[in-house]
Amino acid sequence: MPAAGVQALNGLAAGGVGALLALGLLAPALGERRGAHRVIYLACVLVSAALAGLAFTTLAAIGAGAPAAVVALPVGLPLGQTLLGWDALGAAFAILVNGVTAVVSAYAIGYGSHEEEQQRVLPFYPAFLAGMNLVLLANDAFSFLVGWEFMSLTSWALVVSRHRDAGNRHAGMVYLAMAFGGTLSLLMFFGLLAGHAGGYGFDQIRAAALPASTGAAALLLALAGTGSKAGLFPLHAWLPLAHPAAPSHVSALMSGVMTKVAVYAFIRFAFDLADPGAAGDWLGGLLVMLGAATAVYGVLAALIETDIKRVLAYSTIENIGLVFGALGLTLAFQSKGFAAAAGLGLTTALLHSVNHAAMKSALFMGAGSLIVATGERSLDRYGGLARRMPRTTAAMLVGALAIAALPPLNGFVSEWLLFQAVLASPTLPDWFLRLVVPACGAAFALAAAVAAAVFVRLFGIGFLGRARSASAAQATEVDAFASTAALVAAAACIVLGAWPALAIGPLQIVVAALLDADVINPVSGPWQSLVPLPTSASSYNGLVILVFLAASATCAALALRLLASGALRRAPAWDCGFPDPDPATQYTAASFAQPLKRVFGPALFRAREQVTMPPPGDGQAATIEVEWHDLPWRYLYRPMAQGVLYLADRLNVLQFLTIRRYLLMVFAALVTLLVVVAAWH
Amino acid sequence: MTALDFDIAHLLAGLLVLVSFMLLYQDRMFALLNVFALHAIALSLAVGWQAWIQRAPHLYVTAAIALTFKGLIIPVALHRIVVRLGIHRSVETVGGIGLTMLAGIGLVALSIVVMLPVTAVASSIGQEDLAFALSVVLLGLLMMVTRRNAVSQVVGFMSLENGLVLAATGARGMPLVVEISVGFSILIAFFVIGIFLFRIRERFDTVDLQALDMSRGEQE
Repeated sequence: MPAAGVQALNGLAAGGVGALLALGLLAPALGERRGAHRVIYLACVLVSAALAGLAFTTLAAIGAGAPAAVVALPVGLPLGQTLLGWDALGAAFAILVNGVTAVVSAYAIGYGSHEEEQQRVLPFYPAFLAGMNLVLLANDAFSFLVGWEFMSLTSWALVVSRHRDAGNRHAGMVYLAMAFGGTLSLLMFFGLLAGHAGGYGFDQIRAAALPASTGAAALLLALAGTGSKAGLFPLHAWLPLAHPAAPSHVSALMSGVMTKVAVYAFIRFAFDLADPGAAGDWLGGLLVMLGAATAVYGVLAALIETDIKRVLAYSTIENIGLVFGALGLTLAFQSKGFAAAAGLGLTTALLHSVNHAAMKSALFMGAGSLIVATGERSLDRYGGLARRMPRTTAAMLVGALAIAALPPLNGFVSEWLLFQAVLASPTLPDWFLRLVVPACGAAFALAAAVAAAVFVRLFGIGFLGRARSASAAQATEVDAFASTAALVAAAACIVLGAWPALAIGPLQIVVAALLDADVINPVSGPWQSLVPLPTSASSYNGLVILVFLAASATCAALALRLLASGALRRAPAWDCGFPDPDPATQYTAASFAQPLKRVFGPALFRAREQVTMPPPGDGQAATIEVEWHDLPWRYLYRPMAQGVLYLADRLNVLQFLTIRRYLLMVFAALVTLLVVVAAWH
Repeated sequence: MTALDFDIAHLLAGLLVLVSFMLLYQDRMFALLNVFALHAIALSLAVGWQAWIQRAPHLYVTAAIALTFKGLIIPVALHRIVVRLGIHRSVETVGGIGLTMLAGIGLVALSIVVMLPVTAVASSIGQEDLAFALSVVLLGLLMMVTRRNAVSQVVGFMSLENGLVLAATGARGMPLVVEISVGFSILIAFFVIGIFLFRIRERFDTVDLQALDMSRGEQE
């Protein structure tokens, strides 16, 4: 395809963003009419699907050798035009974002009818999609920041859409503060880069050679800005508050997609705009350590949490840790000239982003269905839903198996690739990295194992056993749109797991474009097995495992059918000999997490348990009180907030000075500045 | 332009600084207003001389505006306000006069130290003129800070503005439009402040700014 074709595709994409914005404006016009949400969400499905198709065509064209093109819109800030266009990286992420968005919007056609105040969600939802797409399309710093801030603000509006709950308002405030902090770092990042490049276009920034120290400083700013949006430890504090506060389809997008936009931004900065060069080794090591801390912290918090959406939000933090860990490995390998390993690291990061988007959206859609069906959010109020909500259960089961990294599902593929990349690290010539990377690899392994426990717990407590509350006992399956959309996302998990080449193939175009080296495609052979590094002997083929599992499961089922008695008998659950068969005697979410909580709780969460046993003869109930603290919140955020409040309090005096004192302050400031100028010379 | 031209320009600008110092040690209201008129006349002389040596006729307009508005209309108007309102005829200062004068000398030294190296690349007329102008601005500010009475704060403000005009004319003059609009804005500021004086007086029976603070429930 010639460049003009790519240009036309980009123009159409910009038109798609415009269409989303127009939908945002149309929503208030529809008012509180019945079915308004169906119109808006259906339109979002169509526009997102079209955008995903455009992005796929663009990526295919670029892969076939067409140069990336940019559309210059005459509108924009006084200092320049708005430059929009996908390159390989932007197009790949646009496929991810819009593909997931199309499914989630279809889910919202059904789910959205349960929203009480439609007008608090409908205008902002398409605008949020437009913001994310604008970030991916942006080719200059201004439109990037505008899109970024637009994405933050519209998602904030969605977070506080259920504003009557004080917890949601608090989540909104924390999110707003963190989002502004993140944008501030990105602003300074672009300031540093543009100062050297003399312009704000990405082309100009790319062309300018950056001094090594500036590059490293810029990348640290980029890390702070994108990490706060992605939920990197210790900038994660807003995420487990804000993601669950939004309506579930928005949670699915924030967790599944918006964090990926942040990952996109970091890849764009670190591998495209501000190449750290030799500083990549320690930056990479730092990133791997941060990723490991994020993964372990997120997954342990997910294990302790009992609110289903917060469990999922913490699990997002864990997966972001894995992605950033892979990016850190890529930086480290790249700085030492290990092209093949660097390519593997970047492929892993991209693939895990895609996989996580698929499985987390499936899980959040399922969680939304559970909340709609039962009205409950705590795991301890569910139970026995597998029989009552079979379709949602199937979607959640696949999502949970995938995120617990079981083959042949997609989570396994990317985590396996991550460990392959970690195992390549002993060849690194740097003792710091040789020490740090395997240690962090162990942390990643721990996170992966605990993640399995988290999702066994989520599924086992939520869907198996007997209903733990009256509302769970009466739950019914949600509507066809909602359950089908969740099943589609789950099916994507299976397809991507059995046939990872489907995703890795297009992602290789991105990797080759970013790393400028001969990257070895890990997919090889007629059966499309994964061979991550030619030096390692390991390989993986999801299809073989899927076929084997399917065959053995079919055989077992057939054997059961043929050999066992065909008579089906339903009987009361066995009560272990206790006289009271109350559902409360089942395992609870807290009791399932107890062993791991005992091990990690005191050190990582300052967790404490207090058991009060009344003496014999006393009729009082025994109580157990468990408390745990988010330590970064306590030792980082709260002191900062208190410092700001303290300063604001002290500065309050300034509002009550006399006129003469104000004049005196102006005068003193002027004289001080003049003295500084005099001393300067 | 000859060396004599520069010398006279510097003499007149220096005269403006000298009159600024005179403003600082006045302790009678009418004397203060008279010295302010003198300040404006010195300004119009300095600007007129700049017009002559720069061959810039529009600066004559500036000089004329300075002379009519600041040398004549405003002092006379302030005079009448003081009489009409029966304002206390002595000027209450914060800190002693001597201390204020010392601070003023320090400010002049500071502005010369700052300005001479900064403007070394600028034209030679600008150099000293800018230093003097900055001194006049700083002395005007100092006066606003060290006076309790609203009328003397107005005078401080006006003398500050004189310093700005001096700076502008020294730097090869400013466009007439700017000059006129600045002149008008000063006039409007004067009206507003004058109206405020009446209002303050009406409400508190004094134009001492301390009364305003007291009405907010605060004490110096």
